[in-house]
Amino acid sequence: MLYFSKLRITLVFIVALFFIIIASSNFQDSENSLISKKINLGLDLQGGSYLLLEIDNEPVVIQKLQNTTTIIRNFLKNKNIIFNDLRIQNKKIIFSVFKKDIELVETFFLDDESEINPYYSQYKSHQFDIMIENDEFILSLSKYGLIEIKTSSQDQALEIVRRRVDEVGTNEPNILKRGNNRILVELPGLDDPMRIKSLLGKTANLTFRFVTQNNNDSFGTEILLFEDGINEAMVNKRIILNGENLLDAQPQMNNQTNETVVSFTLDRVGSKRFGKATSTGIGKQLAIVLDGKIISAPIIRDTIASGNGQISGNFTFQSATDLALLLRSGALPAPLNIIEERTVGPDLGQDSINAGVIALTIGFLLVILFMFIKYKIFGLIANITLLVNLFLLVGILTLFEATLTLPGIAGIILTVGMAVDANVLIFERIKEECKNERNNIIAFDTGYVKSKTAIIDANITTLIAAIILFFMGSGPIKGFSVTLAVGIFTTLFSVYFIARMLTGLYVVRNKEKANII
Amino acid sequence: MINFNKFYKLFNLISLSLVIISILLLSLKGLNFGVDFKGGTLIELRANDKNINVTSLRQSFRSMNLGDFNVKKFGNESDFLIKIEKKDTSADAIEIIKKELTTSIGSSFNFRRVENVGPKVSAELLKSGVIAIALSLAAMLFYIWIRFEWQFSLGAILALFHDVIITLGLFSLFNLEINLSIVAAVLTIVGYSMNDTVVIYDRVRENLRKFSDIKIYELTNISINETLSRTLITSVTTLLALVSIYLFGGEILKGFSLAMIMGVVFGTYSSIYIANPILVKLRVSQKTILKEDTE
Repeated sequence: MLYFSKLRITLVFIVALFFIIIASSNFQDSENSLISKKINLGLDLQGGSYLLLEIDNEPVVIQKLQNTTTIIRNFLKNKNIIFNDLRIQNKKIIFSVFKKDIELVETFFLDDESEINPYYSQYKSHQFDIMIENDEFILSLSKYGLIEIKTSSQDQALEIVRRRVDEVGTNEPNILKRGNNRILVELPGLDDPMRIKSLLGKTANLTFRFVTQNNNDSFGTEILLFEDGINEAMVNKRIILNGENLLDAQPQMNNQTNETVVSFTLDRVGSKRFGKATSTGIGKQLAIVLDGKIISAPIIRDTIASGNGQISGNFTFQSATDLALLLRSGALPAPLNIIEERTVGPDLGQDSINAGVIALTIGFLLVILFMFIKYKIFGLIANITLLVNLFLLVGILTLFEATLTLPGIAGIILTVGMAVDANVLIFERIKEECKNERNNIIAFDTGYVKSKTAIIDANITTLIAAIILFFMGSGPIKGFSVTLAVGIFTTLFSVYFIARMLTGLYVVRNKEKANII
Repeated sequence: MINFNKFYKLFNLISLSLVIISILLLSLKGLNFGVDFKGGTLIELRANDKNINVTSLRQSFRSMNLGDFNVKKFGNESDFLIKIEKKDTSADAIEIIKKELTTSIGSSFNFRRVENVGPKVSAELLKSGVIAIALSLAAMLFYIWIRFEWQFSLGAILALFHDVIITLGLFSLFNLEINLSIVAAVLTIVGYSMNDTVVIYDRVRENLRKFSDIKIYELTNISINETLSRTLITSVTTLLALVSIYLFGGEILKGFSLAMIMGVVFGTYSSIYIANPILVKLRVSQKTILKEDTE
């Protein structure tokens, strides 16, 4: 019916006012307004960098296989089981045992309490799948074993990435997991991500190892390049110290040589090892290796027992600062590759906002002008509804602190264009009803009732599209789907509560007027 | 009353040929995929020096040996958009380009936007875009199948396909770029076109219940006419909003709003000239819907 209780009118009025206040809080200084909520601007509007990193798990898997091989070797030795030909081949661990031992060895691997092949009760799977061919055991990482490795390296990498980004000190970075081998980094306000990119591009695996001339050293040796990419040296594979032993690292100016260096402090274990290595190795060269390249290889002149040292190596102040930062934040478990980057400068963001606001204003004015010309008094009602609708939409986005993107603004403008549809459907229906019905109140009531299914259907179809977009779309497009979806609800609310009330108030006063619409 | 039904045959023929031409264009010429879907690098830059033009930029980019690239003006006189197709760009490629530009042209540039999409990500984005469109079509089909009879679903879905294929065909014809926002536009078109079709179908069904003696050929015409003013008014207001985005919303939204404008035009047309003739072809009658009512 077209009569409304005072309570209902008041309630609708309060709801509308509430959202108008919330929506307008976006345009005030947060200190002065009652509500401190604001719509978040997407990276495309406020400027900033979006980086998608993929973890290269290959080295982690190989490391895992190598570790497991060592574990198996020691384990079988302890159990006095003779094995042959233990090797890694095509990412599988292979070895053979005597026929009589096969069953016993199999239980070592398939026991739920297995020490060498952990059982994940939540997945009902072991870390390794076992195949036995003749007398050969073939171990390959199970599906869940692989997932375990990936998630754990993702967790570690996330932590390290967070530390590195925090150290650089950008404002409100957003660092999130994506899938099980990706990390998303959003850096609002950063228009040149070069430094962060180069910091995230380094694994920062630091080791201290002796330089040797003898390639028959125990533990084996390898030839590594210096940072300059030209000189090389043979270093022992035995690691004296690694990055984990560092407590702190800082860039520093060496007063004697006038050179920038990175000074470091070692933990207790590290200090002991360093002290021992420097006392036994006086006269030897100690290579400082970062990510497979030698930074420098100073000759040990004195025992260093304090646990403090310096790394020199043609640093500029910037590169020393970066190295210190990397060493402080720790090594990544695996290399990261940047597979997607999107950066928007702050002035383009502002230009987009301005353009969006102009488009919205003009679009809105055109639509209300058209509606007024077409429907006169009812056009006015539709326009008031549309304005309230706009406040509701912005208000809800503010209330939930949603992220507004450029396509999101387009979604708002589109909502303005499509929102009048519901009112048009109703008005046109009422027009038809008025042809046969003298009583305006009845005509209006019928009009509202009969147009309902079409309105609901029409809005659900748009909602379906918006929901699919929300789940399939990324970043800015998500913003579009959110405004589109919220716009549907605010449209329905404003049409059925506000517009209906206003038309009701008008029609009740003009019951008998001919050609009312 | 306008006799829309007189032109059913003619417009069906036109639509059919447009769809065929579009499919031919799509399969022979293909679409101009942007960085999002093809991978590569996109740079929007603003030159501080007024003398810099597309030719001089093109020259200095050519000397960088970046493989296939494309330089064009982007809105403003001093704004340029550069697309580089090379896929295996290293992390510091942008830095190198910045340096080389400064040395070769000298003037300082403002890198307003940089997008770098790896081949893996672009393949995933393309896949999820295609899935999104397919999923939305399927969801619409399902929805209308629940709400109406199968004849109506078929008509509505054919109308949707018609709109999507012709819009994409036009993008192919004019070599307009397909990026993520175009996918959003296509999905919105799907929603809009459906919306429009449903409103007319709703009326067709209502009239089928009311009149048992009017043939579907006439009945669709009556329904189209009864809803015509709504159809037109909504199209006009939506187009007003879209044209305003196209003209004032900035360069980035141009493709999106253009796709939407085409979609709204075709969506409006198809809900009259595709969706309704299908009902005639399928000989929908009062029985078709009464069956449902008695069930």
